[in-house]
Amino acid sequence: MTTQTLTSVNPTKKPASAAGGFKKLVGNRIGSAVALVIAVLWTVPTVGLFVSSFRPESEIKSSGWWTVLANPQFTLDNYASVLGGSASTNLAVYFQNSIVIAIPATLAPLILAIMASYAFSVLEWKGRDIVFVGVFTLQIVPLQMALIPLLRIFSGTAIADTFPFLSLWTAHTIFGLPLAIFLLHNFMSEVPRDLIEAARIDGAGHVTVFLRVMLPLMLPAIASYAIFQFLWVWNDLLVGLTFSGGSRTVQPLTAALAALTGDRGQDWHLLTAGAFVSIIIPLIVFFALQRFFVRGLLAGSVKG
Amino acid sequence: MGFLLYSKNGQLILAVLAFLAVLVILLLIARAADSLRRRKQTFAMVAVFGGPALLLLAVGLIYPAVRTIWMSFMDKRSDSFVALDNYAYLFQDGLQAFGNTLLWVVLVPLGSTVIGLVYSVLIDGSRFEKVAKSLLFLPMAISFVGAGIIWKFMYEYRGAAQDQIGLLNSVITGLGFEPVRFLQDSPLNTLFLIFVMVWIQAGFAMVVLSAAIKAVPSDIVEAARLDGASSSQLFFQITIPSIRPSLVVVLTTICIATLKVFDITQTMTGAEFGTQVLANEMFDWSFTYGNNGIGSAMAVVIFVLVIPLVVYNVRQMNKNKAVR
Repeated sequence: MTTQTLTSVNPTKKPASAAGGFKKLVGNRIGSAVALVIAVLWTVPTVGLFVSSFRPESEIKSSGWWTVLANPQFTLDNYASVLGGSASTNLAVYFQNSIVIAIPATLAPLILAIMASYAFSVLEWKGRDIVFVGVFTLQIVPLQMALIPLLRIFSGTAIADTFPFLSLWTAHTIFGLPLAIFLLHNFMSEVPRDLIEAARIDGAGHVTVFLRVMLPLMLPAIASYAIFQFLWVWNDLLVGLTFSGGSRTVQPLTAALAALTGDRGQDWHLLTAGAFVSIIIPLIVFFALQRFFVRGLLAGSVKG
Repeated sequence: MGFLLYSKNGQLILAVLAFLAVLVILLLIARAADSLRRRKQTFAMVAVFGGPALLLLAVGLIYPAVRTIWMSFMDKRSDSFVALDNYAYLFQDGLQAFGNTLLWVVLVPLGSTVIGLVYSVLIDGSRFEKVAKSLLFLPMAISFVGAGIIWKFMYEYRGAAQDQIGLLNSVITGLGFEPVRFLQDSPLNTLFLIFVMVWIQAGFAMVVLSAAIKAVPSDIVEAARLDGASSSQLFFQITIPSIRPSLVVVLTTICIATLKVFDITQTMTGAEFGTQVLANEMFDWSFTYGNNGIGSAMAVVIFVLVIPLVVYNVRQMNKNKAVR
């Protein structure tokens, strides 16, 4: 009896969220409707592509994918032709290229940027803020602006012939650095100074502070940036297009797919399957790391 | 050894190993430098931690950018000086790309941020929050080329006599209207391309802003409520100012991404039908027509357009620091 009274007087209350005000403002029902419309608009196009990629060519070209409910016909032919068909529509080799490009091009800028943001937030030195602003400013240097001179550094050298991917890795690393440093620096400068001071007073060197104090605290930010960079490299068309020079050995999937869109713009059976092959790896990365990503982000921001 | 050198996967492994080796060496140097005296130590630390990134940026970004500025005053083969001819050309014949780019740069960050913010607030604390977030974030995982194909399929146009295979035109004809040529009819086609970019970027805005909103201390919200703040006061005077730094980061990041985007116009319209944007035109001039002069001038113009944005952002950061 007493416990019951107690709970009714003191109902378990959720902590107040800063989002509450807006929800009250638009009303719960309208709010849910708006959220639902956005969610539908953000998913249906992809679902349409996915469904279409399994429909026979003649069906795709003559009726909408939503009619599949009334007239279900499915086939794996589209995937057979993009993954193992004739050379002109076979995307398997480009898929491998994309993986070989993306992994080093994610690791390198990530690690270099973590180290650089340590230099920009923890270490105190003359001119630090000016250099940091300079690095941040580099974000807005358009990729195109650096492409040709950077290409010329590599073209014709022996090392570029032996390691055809090297120029792509380097280009992605360089183009990813300014934003990586900027974002990670922002996260790092939110780490309480006392924590670092305490470790320093305990006699920890910078390497120890970096590896033992900063890295664990930065994990959520690192994970989120790693996901973003991987997606950016995988999604990139411009660097892949210009640095591969159209060569089949190194060209990424996006460039091959863009060429396919240009050459066979109405072959929706190839385009849908091809597009899906290109988005499957990012989707796996996304779903595998998302839980860690969101949880880490929340934990980091609550502690921060 | 042959595997590492002569196969793609081998080179991948070799690259990662080589990079990690460099890293270990750098950290060992830093550890050795820990015993140095104060001033020398700081210098060594900055060199080890910041040096590699700064060196790469200098060689791979600053030098090429300076060279591009120089090339923008030269003819198409960078042989002779032409002063401002390339820029004069831009302001005569490149106006369409200018107008469209401005539209992109205003609408994409605004659209993505508003949708991301509204959505993250609406689903905050709901039972489906996780799933709902994945749905909006999903397009972020899709390549621009992939998104271009997805939306080209949505926008697909068939004559009124045929069955529509694009969902949007099917809905439009179902409601009794004439089918719309989404991608061919200027000037609205630019807006439809812009929406594709909003579709991609909204998830990024949502993830960052959602985290920022959750980080607003609940005592502040509670205190404002006890003081009798109305819902709109709470949102516009507590929530928005609290997440302002994140808002600035989101807006400027998307702005910058939008200025550089050329994949969407390239895949969906080939930059035809009046959808040309600066980044795409720059690519055309530099790589299709082989005119480095005009291409470089366009790069420089984008650079100049973006400077006010950076100034604002830097000021904002300084303000945030002052508050702290």
